[in-house]
Amino acid sequence: MATENLLEVRNLKKHFTVANDFFGRPTATLKAVDDVSFSIAPGETLGLVGESGCGKSTTGRTIIGLYKPTGGEVLFNGKPLSTLAANNAACREIQMIFQDPYASLNPRMTVGDIVGEPLDIHGLAQGEARTKRVQELLSLVGLNAEHANRFPHEFSGGQRQRVGIARALAVNPKLIICDEPISALDVSIQAQVVNLLEKLQRELGLTYLFIAHDLAMVKYISRRVAVMYLGKIVELAETDELYSKPRHPYTQALLSAIPIPDPEVEATRERIRLEGDVPNPINPPSGCYFRTRCQYATEKCAKEQPELKELDGHAVACHMVAESNEA
Amino acid sequence: MESQQQAIEQSQYLEESFFAELIQSFKQNKSALVGSIVLVLFISAAVLAPFIAPYDPYNVDMSQQFQRPSAQYLLGTDMFGRDILSRIIYGSRISLVIGLIPTLISMVIGTILGLVAGYYGKKTDYIIMRLADIVMAFPSLLLAMVVMYTLGASLLNIFIAISMVNWAGTARVVRSQTLVLKEKEFVEAAKIMGVKNWVILLRHLFPNCIPSLLVLFTLGIPDAIMSEATLSFLGVGVQPPMASWGLMVSTGKEFLFMAPWVAIVPGVAILIVALAFNFLGDGLRDALDPYLKQ
Repeated sequence: MATENLLEVRNLKKHFTVANDFFGRPTATLKAVDDVSFSIAPGETLGLVGESGCGKSTTGRTIIGLYKPTGGEVLFNGKPLSTLAANNAACREIQMIFQDPYASLNPRMTVGDIVGEPLDIHGLAQGEARTKRVQELLSLVGLNAEHANRFPHEFSGGQRQRVGIARALAVNPKLIICDEPISALDVSIQAQVVNLLEKLQRELGLTYLFIAHDLAMVKYISRRVAVMYLGKIVELAETDELYSKPRHPYTQALLSAIPIPDPEVEATRERIRLEGDVPNPINPPSGCYFRTRCQYATEKCAKEQPELKELDGHAVACHMVAESNEA
Repeated sequence: MESQQQAIEQSQYLEESFFAELIQSFKQNKSALVGSIVLVLFISAAVLAPFIAPYDPYNVDMSQQFQRPSAQYLLGTDMFGRDILSRIIYGSRISLVIGLIPTLISMVIGTILGLVAGYYGKKTDYIIMRLADIVMAFPSLLLAMVVMYTLGASLLNIFIAISMVNWAGTARVVRSQTLVLKEKEFVEAAKIMGVKNWVILLRHLFPNCIPSLLVLFTLGIPDAIMSEATLSFLGVGVQPPMASWGLMVSTGKEFLFMAPWVAIVPGVAILIVALAFNFLGDGLRDALDPYLKQ
C-alpha cells in the first residue's frame, strides 16, 4: 500500500514565527500545521476539512512548496519533494486551484495568456500549437475558444474558476490541490464546478486533495476525508464511515452542524453545541488541543496529547476512543 | 476575511476598463478637463515653437528695450529687447523636456527599486527603503543644488539632480502596491508554475502598478518643472542665453519695479502649467480611486 501512494505526507510541520525578541530569536510561534501525516492513492480524492484557521490551506500550500516546511517531508511518487521552485519537474506534476477566482487571475492578462503561461514556462507548445492547446483546454473546462482573447473581468465567478482550472490542467498534472475551490462561488455554480472536477478526474485520471469547509460538498466528492483541528488531523476515514460513524467528539460536533433540509426534523433534532471559541493557536492548551471544548474531557486529556491511531482504516486522535477500542 | 473582501474589491476595481473609466470621470471633473486642454496647448507650443513664435527669442535689439506689452510685442520685451512671448514659447520646450525626462528617469529607478523591495522583502527591502528615507529626509532643493554645484550647470546635470531626488517617492508607492499584489493568488499560481521571479515582477506585478504610476507621473512633472525653475532662478540651472522660464524670472527680478512684466509673465506661465499638470494628476487620481467613486 505504502509504495502505491501518489502523495505521501509524513509528519509535516509548518510553524510561523509571529514575534521576535530584540536579538531576532522567536518568542512566539504559530503551529499552523503540526505533525500532519496522510497519503493519497492515485485517482482518489482526499477531502480535508476543518474550520477557519485550522491549517488546512497551509497544509496544501506547504505540500506544493509555497511555504517551506518546518519539519517532516512530502513524498511524491515515492520521491521527496523539496521546494517546487527548485524542482522543475514537480511544477508539472502538482498544480493548485485557488479559492478566490477574482484574485487568482491576473487582471491585466487575457485568458489565453493566463492559460498559455504554463505552456510558455515549460516550453510545451509554441505558436499555432499553443493556440490550439489553449483552445483545447478551454473547451475541456466548458469555455469557448473565443474566450481566449478576453480579460478576466468579462467573466463571472464560475467562469473564472474554470479558467483557473484550465490553467492548472495546462501542464498535465497528476495531482491537483483544490484550495477551497468552490467556497467563493454561488451555490448554484458550486455544483457545476464540482461536477466539472469530477468529470476531469474520470477523463484525465486526476488525483485531488480537496480542501473545504463545506461538509456536504466534501462528502459528495471525496473518497476519504480528514478532519483537522488546530493544525492536527483528529480523524481520517473513508467518507461513508466518517459521516455515518464519526468517532472524534469534534467530528461529531461538526457533522451535527450540517442542517437537514426538513424543517420538522431540523426543529426537533439535537445538535451538539461546542462551548467557547477555538483556543489561541499561538498558545494551545496542554494535552489534547480539543479538551477545552470537549464534553468528555478527562484529566488524561490535559496531560497527554492523543496520537492518531488507526483501527480498521478509521484513524482517530482521541484518548476516549482509544480506550473504548482497547476495552 | 475582511482583508480578503478588500482584496476582491480592489482586484475588481483594477480590472475595469481603464480609459473608458477615465473619460467618464473627466466629463464630470471640470478642473481636470481644463488642465488637459492647457497641457495640449502647452505641448503644441513647445513642438511648434519655430512656427508660432513671432520673433527670434535670442535676437538682441537694445532699441526695443523694456517695451510694454502692446500689439507689436504682446507680452512686452526684456532688458535686451527680446520678445518675451517668443521666449516663453521657446522656454516651454525646456520646461517640457525638464518636466518629462527627469520624471521618467526617476519613475524608472523608483519603480524598479520599489518592485524589488516589495517583492523580495527582508534585507533588500530594508536597505532600499532606508536609502529612500535618507533621500526624502534631505531637503530636496539642497540636495539638487549640491549636485549642480559639484557637477556644474548643464541640462544633463539638471536631469541627474532632479532624478536623484524624486525616485524615492515612486519607490515607496510601488513598494506598497507590490506588497498587496504579491499576496494575490495569481502571483502564487505563477510561482507554482515555476515562473522565474523577475518574470513575475515584469508580467504580473508591474502591469498592475501602471494606474498609480500614471498618477505619480503627472504629479511629478510639475514638481520637476518647479525644481528647474528654482535651480535656474538660483543661478545653478539653465544658463543664459537659453530661454528657461525660471531663468527669465530670475533675470527679470532686478527690473521688477521698472518693468514688472519681464519677471511676472514667465512666473505666471510656470504657475499655469504646474497647476494644469496638478489638475490632471488629481483628476487621474480621483478617477482611479475606488473610494471616491459614486
